[in-house]
Amino acid sequence: MSILINKDSRVLVQGITGREGLFHASQMMDYGTQVVAGVTPGKGGDWVFDGKVPVFDTVERALAATGANCTVLFVPAKFAGDAMLEAADAGVPLIVCITEGVPIQDMMKVRKYLHQEGVRLIGPNCPGLLTPGESKVGIIPGHIADPGSVGVVSRSGTLTYEVLYALQQYGRGVSTCVGIGGDPVNGTGFTDALQMFEDDHHTEAVVMIGEIGGASEERAAEFISTSMTKPVVGFIAGISAPPGKRMGHAGAIIEAGSGLASDKIAALESAGVRVAEHPEAIPELLN
Amino acid sequence: MKLHEYQSKQLFAQHGVPIPRGEVAETPTQARMIAEEFGGPVAVKSQVLVGGRGKAGGIRLAKSPKEAEKHAKAILKLEIKGLPVRKVLVDEAAEIETEIYLGVTNDRTAGSPVMIASVEGGVEIEEVARTHPDKIARAWVDPLIGLRDYQARNLAAAMELPRQHWAEFSRIAHGLFNTYLNSDATLAEINPLVITKQDSLLALDGKIVLDDNALYRHPDLEKLRDLDEEDPSEREARGNGLSYVKLDGNIGCMVNGAGLAMATMDVIMGLGGEPANFLDIGGGADAEKVAAAIQIILADPEVSSMMFNIFGGITRCDEVARGILIALEEVPREVYLVTRLVGTNEELGRQMLADAKMDTASSLVEAAKMVIEASKIGVAK
Repeated sequence: MSILINKDSRVLVQGITGREGLFHASQMMDYGTQVVAGVTPGKGGDWVFDGKVPVFDTVERALAATGANCTVLFVPAKFAGDAMLEAADAGVPLIVCITEGVPIQDMMKVRKYLHQEGVRLIGPNCPGLLTPGESKVGIIPGHIADPGSVGVVSRSGTLTYEVLYALQQYGRGVSTCVGIGGDPVNGTGFTDALQMFEDDHHTEAVVMIGEIGGASEERAAEFISTSMTKPVVGFIAGISAPPGKRMGHAGAIIEAGSGLASDKIAALESAGVRVAEHPEAIPELLN
Repeated sequence: MKLHEYQSKQLFAQHGVPIPRGEVAETPTQARMIAEEFGGPVAVKSQVLVGGRGKAGGIRLAKSPKEAEKHAKAILKLEIKGLPVRKVLVDEAAEIETEIYLGVTNDRTAGSPVMIASVEGGVEIEEVARTHPDKIARAWVDPLIGLRDYQARNLAAAMELPRQHWAEFSRIAHGLFNTYLNSDATLAEINPLVITKQDSLLALDGKIVLDDNALYRHPDLEKLRDLDEEDPSEREARGNGLSYVKLDGNIGCMVNGAGLAMATMDVIMGLGGEPANFLDIGGGADAEKVAAAIQIILADPEVSSMMFNIFGGITRCDEVARGILIALEEVPREVYLVTRLVGTNEELGRQMLADAKMDTASSLVEAAKMVIEASKIGVAK
């Protein structure tokens, strides 16, 4: 068992003919993901990967032809908002947006609309999803995680890989890894992912990786203390970050005294979460 | 990207928000001439992109053109929170009856814009939120619908604004909201919005912060960027597609990924070291980007040692190592360096660096300990 994706997921790749889209689509297929179609407006009728994957002009046509139930976006930021709405209107129930740099006002509209339509969005500005041994939708390196019972949810990219790798070195497998992304407004938050892991019979414990900025870790702490029975181990990046400076991610900024790592750590600890001092210390806290 | 007060107010005015007559001066003489033209008392206001200008003596009232010149002269010599004052705004002075706050920003939690109003205007809204949370009224705006009339009215009512001002307040609220929308702002605020002794509403001071990710659709606003107000290293980094923030320590850091870059700094600090910077080189660590990153890190004279932390993942570590070796051929000065590489072909990558007599590490903590040790003894390699 897993959450969001498994070996039966039929994946569409929006922006499949671009450099990133093509590269990561091939990585996904190598991993075993069923990539059933690609979409690039203006390139409909083409095929990629030696005739294995058809390219369509529109998501609607791709869906009609292949029955995809998940889409992953490698679309430039200025077109990403539109591409997400196109996927939602075509009826894709799960959208994973890898694209970084989507304007926040676009994201607020898209998030509201998708929510109204009942469409699940992961990201944007995220590494996507990985259910080890079954499917990966996004850019998480597949070989750094083994199948298992630890759920991972994170706002970060490479820091997530670091944690997956540490778990692997320690011999702990992962049920699903969810990269929710580093933008201030995203589709799926910690709380949503924690709820899904709580409901997933195969997940026995959860690792949650947060960072400075916003208050989603605090809300997650609230959720954990009231609604979670499974143990949660955490890590918060940015204890050394200065206030008022954006630390790479659009959402990673301490503003007006809020979003501090120390506050997030305190909130999580008071909810019973064991918070690691550094990423490599996470696996042993799961014991 | 932050806009200056005068730029913000011009944008407000374009959206129908009343602002005082004002002009920008770069010399005391210009300030005097503007005051002469206006013919009454003026406010001389430093234009720097930080808060606390008033407390620093950067905002002064002048009763005559001569006094405006004198104030401008003093203000143009100031440095406010490290930023030299290069421009002053000379505004016609208003006779203030009441000061209120009106702003719109993005509520991350709600995923929607929120309009905030308070009768406690003229001070920072965060301060009001701390001291008088009951004096703040909020209206969450549906991003698909926009600000509704009743929401503006609700805010006016919540502030107990005299009823004769409601229509004008509502017009200003819509003007402010449209400014925020049309400029892709993340914050647009009028503080204070004043009711004058003549009973009219006027946006006396304002601030706009733009979404950097949306600047591509606002080339006119991008041109307003004040390059003087930015750290030159941070600007250079941005030009190279790198994300760099200068800190006060002596250990230079180069990492791929923002979260991992923060975690790397955290580990260094946790073990007693002092990071000199945050630097995210992004996805592929090709030679060109690595070279640019090294130049930027070493331009900081405090840096006495460096740590590279590259989690390759899909990226091949031998390619990263090759990039580092090429980039290091042109370092401006020699400092200690330890590289931690993880990912595809990591043994090969580490071997390549070891062959070039460079220190490598396999774990984050191990690498951090090595670089901290070097920073303490100041080893040059």
